[in-house]
Amino acid sequence: MSFINLKDKVVQVKIVYYGPGRCGKTTNLEYVNRTYKKQIVSEMVSLKTHGDRTLFFDFLPFDMGKIKGYDIKIQLYTVPGQVKYNATRKLVLRGVDGIVFVADAMAKQRSKNIRSLNQLHENLQSYKESIFNIPLVLQYNKVDLKEHGIPILPTSVLEKDLNSRLKVPYYEASAITGYNVAATLKKIISSTVVSIQKKLL
Amino acid sequence: MNYGIVSQEQLEQIDTILSDKLIKLGVDCVIIIDMAGNIITARDNGESKYDVYSFAALAAGNFATVDAMAKLVGEQEFSLLFHKGQESNIHFSKIDDELLLISMFGREISLGFLRLNVVDVIEKIRKVWGSK
Repeated sequence: MSFINLKDKVVQVKIVYYGPGRCGKTTNLEYVNRTYKKQIVSEMVSLKTHGDRTLFFDFLPFDMGKIKGYDIKIQLYTVPGQVKYNATRKLVLRGVDGIVFVADAMAKQRSKNIRSLNQLHENLQSYKESIFNIPLVLQYNKVDLKEHGIPILPTSVLEKDLNSRLKVPYYEASAITGYNVAATLKKIISSTVVSIQKKLL
Repeated sequence: MNYGIVSQEQLEQIDTILSDKLIKLGVDCVIIIDMAGNIITARDNGESKYDVYSFAALAAGNFATVDAMAKLVGEQEFSLLFHKGQESNIHFSKIDDELLLISMFGREISLGFLRLNVVDVIEKIRKVWGSK
């Protein structure tokens, strides 16, 4: 749940990047951090293991400017993707306003994407939120691997697997090159801000 | 209690309580956050330069982790946490299920004295929340 400070006119919005292990959640945030350095006042916080895997979460706050006189502070989080860390994933989801589900487009990751999305659904239910109501954007990451001869799933298959019931906006992307990283972020910010506005009216 | 939006009046009252009871005492910085990592309000002595937004995110994560550990050992909760350093210390205390009060202070204040004041502050803040 976003927090709105009427005194200082600040709205804090929490957006979480969710997805299976090694799908590119942290890479998304690193790209945003590099590209929009000017808007980002603080350092990106990463809690990771020695093997460079996310242990708890990554955190990246930035200012989006003003809407109707209110300063919008966007706070991006990632969850740890590894299967064993579900308790931590749940903690990060607390109070979430919008979610980017990052799917790994590599053919061999197909079942992991589906399992992770199902778990997101369950985890949201434990906070009495529904995956069908919360602002959500899907990102089919790693499409650049096609050029390197690595088999990737066609978007039609990913759509059928993950988005046939949700019917939310989706982007093919490559977090490592930055392709559609900003487009994904803009989409989730706009859906989330609209949803917060609706709740307030 | 709807903690999502707080009236300007409530925030001003809370800020006054924090300034009068903790900052004047010598506490460097006081932050109230919710369990999602949002900052409700932050007060400091004008000298400390903490990145309060990152701090709030980490503190909420930290508290949530300790809470989960409490459940594992059969406790309802560990309602306060304290980290001691060479020059600065951090004290966390739960206001209610959604809110956390964090005080950062140096060597010149004793923990016991701070805790007495924190208890008093929390009681006053609860009254302000309840007044809505």
